[in-house]
Amino acid sequence: MSTAADAVLRFDAVTRVHGSGETAVTALDDVSFSVHGGELVAVMGPSGSGKSTLLSLAGGLDTPTSGAVRVDGVDLGSLGAAAVAALRRRCLGYVFQEFNLIPALTAAENVALPRELDGVRRGRARKEADAALAEVGLADLAGRFPDDMSGGQQQRVAIARALIGGRRLVLADEPTGALDTQTGDTVLRLLRGRCDAGAAGLLVTHEARHAGWADRVIFLRDGVLVDETSRPPSAESLLFSADQ
Amino acid sequence: MGLLALLEHEPMYGYQLRTEFESRTGATWPLNVGQVYTTLSRLERDGLVRGSGRDDDGHDVYDITDAGRQAVASWFAEPVQRDSRPRDELAIKLALAVTVPGVDVSTVVQRQRVSTVRGLQDLTRLKQRADDAGDLAWTLVLDSMIFASEAEIRWLDHCETRLARAQHARPSAAVPQPRGTSRRSAASSREVSR
Repeated sequence: MSTAADAVLRFDAVTRVHGSGETAVTALDDVSFSVHGGELVAVMGPSGSGKSTLLSLAGGLDTPTSGAVRVDGVDLGSLGAAAVAALRRRCLGYVFQEFNLIPALTAAENVALPRELDGVRRGRARKEADAALAEVGLADLAGRFPDDMSGGQQQRVAIARALIGGRRLVLADEPTGALDTQTGDTVLRLLRGRCDAGAAGLLVTHEARHAGWADRVIFLRDGVLVDETSRPPSAESLLFSADQ
Repeated sequence: MGLLALLEHEPMYGYQLRTEFESRTGATWPLNVGQVYTTLSRLERDGLVRGSGRDDDGHDVYDITDAGRQAVASWFAEPVQRDSRPRDELAIKLALAVTVPGVDVSTVVQRQRVSTVRGLQDLTRLKQRADDAGDLAWTLVLDSMIFASEAEIRWLDHCETRLARAQHARPSAAVPQPRGTSRRSAASSREVSR
């Protein structure tokens, strides 16, 4: 088991207060947890429980009022805006509810874009994109435009884009959106597969069936981490407890 | 009825039926051989199976009758009536929790949620494996359990919301009396065959 120091993402007593004085709202209150490589962690909670704040903080899009958010051991609060942006590009991938693909670019161009922004030559970025698309089972659709793809295919493109170039941390916000359950399962399976291959995943969802794919599930209530399921000992242990 | 459906394919003896049933449903509802033989003798009494002699190893082999085939056909054709909902104990527990003083209902809800989500994690992992192995029958059984867990969690969310609203609306008002929830026999929910 890896130690907390190896965590790809780590929250140390993170508190985020929006506003001040009487109108201050504590979105997150003293939240600590970590996500290691090879692990998929789900955060569950009703709307208003602080899930979005948590994800924004993990992605370096917001800064904590107190406490620290570390990505690969680096405290995001110790970096300037440019350095955070660079770290974000290098280490982080996002999968959103809306797939956020650029309609004027083909699937391969969408996937290659973050690498081109990294400063990688176009040819090489394109090769990496083709490989990433092949991994999500879309090698044949590299030249398609998002509008000509199904929702499930678009989300697979988004996942390929989130993980291209060895990004080790993938943040997913209700990644199955309005997809049907079968397609949603495919998307989560893919995310799970990437985590099994070494990436660290943080999945924010209010859908229990999606949280089911995670190694650990963290429960947020009113900004407080109230519970956490540990990694179960074995898959077989449930067979005789789940059938009642 | 599940056992009868298996006999439709070929005559079998008790132990064989049990093995076949468990392999088709991923051993989710384990049967003991005694249950199988009791069921077989009831089916025989009702004219749905008949003993077709002994095989070379001396096992009593059962064969389905025409009436049995008809019964299987209508079983597959009819929707299942969920008279005995398996989650009743939980419903009873929550109904009582809101009326018994000193019980923190939200803690009860949250504990159950954690436990059900944990089960869901296990089920999902098993499903992933079943999918990889191409085991369609087992995948469908797991899906059923996954959807049931999901429904339970949604219901817990719903209970929590209602409780929060009720407390907000009338902090000191008496909580409503629970509706008469009859305790159902544990056996009926476990019965998977006639």
